[in-house]
Amino acid sequence: MKTRRKKVVVIPCSGIGKAFGAVAREAGYDLVEDLRPEKTRLVALSKLVLGDEEARAAVRDNPAITIDGCKLSCAAKLVRESGGKSAREVAVQEVYRRHKTLKPEGVAELNPAGRALARALAEELTGLVDELAAGPSPENDHA
Amino acid sequence: MPKLPERKVGIIACSGEELAEGTVARLAALKVLNETRPDDTVTLCLPLFLAGGEGERAFARFYPTITVDGCDLRCAAKGTERYSAKPAASLVVMEIAAAQGISGIDGRRKLNPSGKRAVEAVARTLEKEVDRIRKGKR
Repeated sequence: MKTRRKKVVVIPCSGIGKAFGAVAREAGYDLVEDLRPEKTRLVALSKLVLGDEEARAAVRDNPAITIDGCKLSCAAKLVRESGGKSAREVAVQEVYRRHKTLKPEGVAELNPAGRALARALAEELTGLVDELAAGPSPENDHA
Repeated sequence: MPKLPERKVGIIACSGEELAEGTVARLAALKVLNETRPDDTVTLCLPLFLAGGEGERAFARFYPTITVDGCDLRCAAKGTERYSAKPAASLVVMEIAAAQGISGIDGRRKLNPSGKRAVEAVARTLEKEVDRIRKGKR
């Protein structure tokens, strides 16, 4: 079976009212810009709300990781509604339960603890990104 | 006369994570919501129109809304109209920045000086729209 380098699509929630939403966004940037830039890409959740075909194709055709800031799980739901299947649906609050000393505060600008929580979340995902990026190619893929 | 709930102005930002202009939209909305017009405005996360329930979808039918989009895809404006109701006003960061001679916006994670100027410019425009809509209601 051939393998190909896939871009893992990372979709943080667009939470605007809570610090956990800001952590989701920051963790997405940590992963895509700092930790695994060559293996990942961001897709804006607002594009999935609009039904943008390029964004829908990105989540359908590539492994996806969603990062949600609240239990309404907008990012995870919208990936499913767009025809995609998330390889992992991360809830920031669950990560926070494992890192209770890192209490996030601030929405426009996260406090240092919030940024550290985002980094911890992103670092937890690097192994999964590596695995997904090296995933087997579909049978009809001749790339 | 019974006391009716106060009609605030709803602000819905695209928060586009891919572009620096999305960050500008988000920060300008937060500035108005939290700092300059906290008593006159409320917000809702854009994806909640789809991921939430009927209460969320009724948001723009109850509140006059102003959408703030980073780019001309206008996800917030189109999404709000499609799933709730037509916004009372629609702002686009790229248009406001161009009109005010602000170029070179960059840094979706941490805005550069042009991006910060754009936040101020968009927030000022947003405040004017909030005030205009509030005056029209009274």
